[in-house]
Amino acid sequence: MSHYSVWSVLREGLRGQTGWDRAWRDPAPKSEYDVVIIGGGGHGLATAYYLAKNHGITNVAVVEKGWLGGGNTGRNTTIVRSNYVQPVSTQFYEHSVKLWENLSHDLNYNVMFSQRGQLGLFHTPAARDAQAKRVNTMLACGIEAELLNREQVMKMVPHLDYSENARFPILGAILQRRAGTARHDAVAWGFARAADKLGVDILQQTEVTGILREGGRAVGVETSRGTIRAKKVGVAVAGSTGHVMAMAGLERLPIESHKLQAFVSEPLKPLLDCVVSYGAPGSHFYISQSDKGGMVFGGDLDFYNSYAQRGNLPIVQDVAECAMAIMPCLGRVKLLRHWAGIMDMSMDGTHIMSKTPVDNLYMNAGWCYGGFKATPASGWHFADLIANDRPDDLTAAFSLDRFERGYTIDEKGMGPTPKLH
Amino acid sequence: MSGYRLDKGGLIDRSAPRSFTFDGTSYAGYEGDSLASALLANGVDVVGRGFKYHRPRGIMSAGVEEGGAILSVGSGRFREPNVKAPAQPLFDGLVARGQNAWPSVRRDIGRINDVMNRFLAAGFYYKTFFGVRGGTKDWMIFEKIIRKAAGMGAASREPDPDQYETAHASCDLLVVGSGPAGLAAAKAAAAAGRDVILAEQDFALGGSLLAQAGGIDKAVAAIEELRAAGVTLMPRTTAFGLYDGCVAGMIEQVSDDPGMHGVRQRTWIIRPREIVLATGAIEQPLAFGNNDRPGVMQASAVRTYLNRYAVAPGTRAVVATNNDSAYATAADLAAAGISVTVIDARPDGPDAPEGVKVIRDTVPVRTLGGYVLEGVEIGPLDGDGYATRRDTLACDLLAVSGGWAPVVHLTSHRGPKPVWNDTIHAFLAGPTTEPIRTCGAAAGIWDHDACIASGIAAATGAAGPEPQAGETPAMALYEIKTHGKKLKCFIDPQHDVTTDDVRLAEREGFVSIEHNKRYTTLGMATDQGKVGNILGIATMADASGRTIAETGTTTFRPPYSPISIGALAGRGTYRHFRPVRRTPLHAWNIAQGAVMTDAGLWKRPWYFPLPDESVDDAYIREMIAVRNTVGLCDVSSLGKIMVQGPDAGDFLNRVYVNGFAKLPVGKARYGVMLRDDGIVYDDGTVWRMSETDFLMTTTTANAAGVMAKLEEYLQTRWPEMKVQLTSVSDQWAGIAVAGPQCREVLQAVTSECDLSNEAFPFMGIREAKIAGADVWIARISFSGERAFEVYVRGGSSEAVMDALWDAAKPMGGVLYGTEALGALRIEKGHVAGSELDGRTSLRDLGLGGMASSKKAFIGKAMTEREGMTDPDRLQLVGVAPVDPSMRLRAGALLDTRTDLIDHGKGFITAVTDSPDLGHWIGLALVQGGLERWEGKEMTSYDPARDGNTAVRILSPHFFDPKGERMHG
Amino acid sequence: MIRITCPFCGTRDHSEFSYGGDATVDYPPLDASMDEWNAAIYRRSNPRGPHKEYWHHVNGCRAWLIVERNTLTHEVGAVTFAHPGLRKTVENSA
Repeated sequence: MSHYSVWSVLREGLRGQTGWDRAWRDPAPKSEYDVVIIGGGGHGLATAYYLAKNHGITNVAVVEKGWLGGGNTGRNTTIVRSNYVQPVSTQFYEHSVKLWENLSHDLNYNVMFSQRGQLGLFHTPAARDAQAKRVNTMLACGIEAELLNREQVMKMVPHLDYSENARFPILGAILQRRAGTARHDAVAWGFARAADKLGVDILQQTEVTGILREGGRAVGVETSRGTIRAKKVGVAVAGSTGHVMAMAGLERLPIESHKLQAFVSEPLKPLLDCVVSYGAPGSHFYISQSDKGGMVFGGDLDFYNSYAQRGNLPIVQDVAECAMAIMPCLGRVKLLRHWAGIMDMSMDGTHIMSKTPVDNLYMNAGWCYGGFKATPASGWHFADLIANDRPDDLTAAFSLDRFERGYTIDEKGMGPTPKLH
Repeated sequence: MSGYRLDKGGLIDRSAPRSFTFDGTSYAGYEGDSLASALLANGVDVVGRGFKYHRPRGIMSAGVEEGGAILSVGSGRFREPNVKAPAQPLFDGLVARGQNAWPSVRRDIGRINDVMNRFLAAGFYYKTFFGVRGGTKDWMIFEKIIRKAAGMGAASREPDPDQYETAHASCDLLVVGSGPAGLAAAKAAAAAGRDVILAEQDFALGGSLLAQAGGIDKAVAAIEELRAAGVTLMPRTTAFGLYDGCVAGMIEQVSDDPGMHGVRQRTWIIRPREIVLATGAIEQPLAFGNNDRPGVMQASAVRTYLNRYAVAPGTRAVVATNNDSAYATAADLAAAGISVTVIDARPDGPDAPEGVKVIRDTVPVRTLGGYVLEGVEIGPLDGDGYATRRDTLACDLLAVSGGWAPVVHLTSHRGPKPVWNDTIHAFLAGPTTEPIRTCGAAAGIWDHDACIASGIAAATGAAGPEPQAGETPAMALYEIKTHGKKLKCFIDPQHDVTTDDVRLAEREGFVSIEHNKRYTTLGMATDQGKVGNILGIATMADASGRTIAETGTTTFRPPYSPISIGALAGRGTYRHFRPVRRTPLHAWNIAQGAVMTDAGLWKRPWYFPLPDESVDDAYIREMIAVRNTVGLCDVSSLGKIMVQGPDAGDFLNRVYVNGFAKLPVGKARYGVMLRDDGIVYDDGTVWRMSETDFLMTTTTANAAGVMAKLEEYLQTRWPEMKVQLTSVSDQWAGIAVAGPQCREVLQAVTSECDLSNEAFPFMGIREAKIAGADVWIARISFSGERAFEVYVRGGSSEAVMDALWDAAKPMGGVLYGTEALGALRIEKGHVAGSELDGRTSLRDLGLGGMASSKKAFIGKAMTEREGMTDPDRLQLVGVAPVDPSMRLRAGALLDTRTDLIDHGKGFITAVTDSPDLGHWIGLALVQGGLERWEGKEMTSYDPARDGNTAVRILSPHFFDPKGERMHG
Repeated sequence: MIRITCPFCGTRDHSEFSYGGDATVDYPPLDASMDEWNAAIYRRSNPRGPHKEYWHHVNGCRAWLIVERNTLTHEVGAVTFAHPGLRKTVENSA
């Protein structure tokens, strides 16, 4: 297996790129594994990697219906941050940011995590107080954050709309300098390659058609390539959670599938050096610029249950309006592509990482808007949950039974209406 | 390349010269030219640079598939980056610049990358640049350099000065594309009396007709016919996407230079009954050595330049093809007096056109030249698809035809995956159940007459002709491989993706076409793979030993070609970004000097400053006046809902936690409603005006939400209830008259109404007349003072406000805004938005006692969940600084420790300076609430602003806790 | 643009409506048990395919509608008033 470095790139350049190995093997499924992870997205691959790395469990298969990283991992707007309000979420996402910071080295794969900072604009005095609380919470938890006034924001990004014509004035922003963006596909590929290197079998084009149960416990999966038995089964298929969990008899979950659109413009020379999010009343918008130069942005859900990975016009127009509201110079910039990902929207806006009523079956779902940034921490904690058959201190809060028990983690305070989270 | 203008012909107006500049040099063209045709006519050859290797790029096509001639047009705030020169009509004064090059596209020092190209293979950046130090520092240094080198054009940082708009239309049939098939479809449908819109992305109608010798006249005649038949013709309008319900998104380029009051582009949302896609096909390149050199062009584009623009793109041409279509290009070149040789990969083919030399069994192997094309090495293919160099042809134009790819993008937007057709070696639109039909070249029909038949069939829903291979079938030819020294064979000339990149990616395991695309960036450039996609898939198929059908294609996403963000936003920009909601008293407030603030979409008076007064000084003055004399406040933004009917009382009983069925007529009551999950949703008052008529008020923020929720309950959950809901939020204005002298103020304007405490007690409501207007008066108080709220029809509100203000002003009364309103309620311990944050329960807010135990209500069942009764829940308390000179901050955390290591035990939700108490006070949510903390000290932790402040936890009812003032 | 045919207003863009969630959920009586309420509030079948759901014609006649829609293709089938009385009126007049 080739180690990646500047030297290997130079060496292969000199010998015509003939020496590179496959990034991951294409193994035949074994008849039995210690752990089968359903879902070859970022979360499933990260789980497999940390099972091997942190827990020494290497007899693991990741079973993926299509091509790895083909779901939300490769469809999002690539933002990584930990500026949450609810304390457990802050802690969880901060752990993730810490893992992100060393992830390229850890995986020997450049996931291009760029800590270019995220500015969350606010537009009313009340919103300033709310953001101050966020800054205070983060600082109290040891996470660096700043509250900027209007002048400081102007200095940082001079070409936002500070004019009299703006419908909502920019009063200031919360800044998390350690936040930023990463290359989404590289995360899936990096985890896949690193997991493969530790012995994990990545089985692409392998569709799970059933979850085998014996006496109330999960003992394997039926797949399009035959039966695979497993001591434990982890499900990390955000977007299809209901579909897969139903195979284990869990028919009704606190999750709805919604679609979230994402947008990219034509490539441009550097125009925006940080992530900016916009929170004016009735608006939800975030934008950054990729290394290739495309402006990458997104906004609200399409607001109805959907499994179609394509968006609808009203949100396209709404997002364009938000883009113009924040950066009126984008008028002549052209949209290159828009698409949608299927989000597991949970009933409180927070993910579910939990044991299930079926023994040895574990679920990792309900990521709402947070899935991409959560990838390494999700893998880390889900691996821990599977390996030890009990949630660690942080993960306990994200249990499936929290809804019935009244311990919801409602980041936005919108209650049990998934589309509003 | 040495292009020049032909003496005659073309769809150009030679009497209308147009001047323009490219990279600072002035040139001339004609009306009807594209920027690309004008550049070619002036002999300009190098117009761009590739993304990665910065190799020179010339004009490669005559349409939106352009991969080479991508320029910036306009200057200053009018600059538009990444404009495809063939799709940009020439206009007088057009300023174009090359991009992604320094100092110019002619002499670009970025060319150094090409020397290094052996190190810059697909995905090389995933393997390096993350440095040796941990963390992200090293990567971010490299990233800065990479970002500068990447990108293409530079966008202006100034606001786009132009205007855009959105328009809507419906029709029986939308035809996309105005080539022979589209024209035929539109004609047939119009003849059948149907309402037809014909959209064409090009600035001239006619499609491929315009590229044919003699085609222009045919096109002009056909267009005239359609115009006469009443077809709506929309040139320069790109159907960028098909969405659910067969709704088409289109963008019309209205003007290149709209001036101050014109519109630059218009977004059209079309709702057709049926759609015919006559979107044509795009000629595909072949992959051979240095096939990216300026001078290499699509064969069909050469024909377009010759016939439509009367421009010869070169003086000595070679046409390389694997199919019959390029013979027409050769014939037209010969007719224009240009020396031309055809090399045909097939053993057979059409007869050589007059004056054309044809060499069969021969393919191009690599181009020769420096910046521009000087010749091509050619040779035969062996059985394994490898070519041998045998001969060299000198030329300055190499017209290439690698076959045709039907434009199936729009169908793909609807979901059907394109299906590979082995007869014509092309992807065709997948089957759809929607009323969308594809015809002409878009359906793989190449023959002119068959295209027309196909268009008519599509318009009428009849079965059309099937794709045919043609007399001499095209040869499946993609990458021309060679033994020996590696040649750079480009697939995507814009992103500089070569066949080697695709093969490397395949070797590294990126075998899914989606992986391959993402790893190599193939097809992700601004042409979205219109020219490189098939070559890439074919190379991938060859590398992995699969067929093209097995390899499949990536998904086409909207927009079909890039569209400006400004157009999509339309008029929804600047002040029109979101609607502005104004109360009926808006103008009145402004006239009184109000400073307005945003409350959601509302504009509300924030405070009414005296000259030179700050917001803090003003709101304190306003508060003092309310506490000591009287103040008036516009509260019209509150939600107001009439709840009427025999079951109205029972309905309210179910909706609110407290009882309403027994509320006496003429009385109001404060109510709180929960969500289904037992969390507090909204609060307000309900007035009983008669046995069956109630007026409910809601918070400003939830006015629409509460209305929708109540309708949901009545229509879906309790349809048996006889209740009618009417929102009167917009019809009624509300004015709070608060303060010890409120009675005197009201009495002065309503002489007939007895306002005494006995006649009009706290929570009473009365009808009255003020300034001749009918009003409802309720004795309710948000401020904690003796107070009334006066509700009046919006149209009469200014007169009523005038009367009240005339009475109040001489008494020393004030107008107060939302800042004082908020401060007064904090003194009183009334909860508002910052406490009703969607996470607090009745008990958390100290309102547990309000819940009726005698009836069930929405949310009740859930309030007994373990987590809802947990003593550690955050509960409402009051806070005051231990040192009365210190200020408090909303958003500060609370804890007993002074140095936090976690999120603390609570936080402050709202604060005010209290003139009555002489120090700052606040409301807070703290774990365990008053029971655990009353009288104890905590630290207010606010590193974001002020740092630490010692505070004491108190009852939230700071002011007049017994309510004597409001009851008095 | 999903096109929904409101029985009162005719065929309109979905942007005129507000999505109201799963219409197969049976909300129990207000005095029902916590378990019944938990099921109604938190558990969804969330199908990939045909879905019966509420849409509120919020920028139109303000009727709550039951819409049959495929969550994979967005194809809309039958649309009726959620209110049984209104439903009957339509059926009788048909």
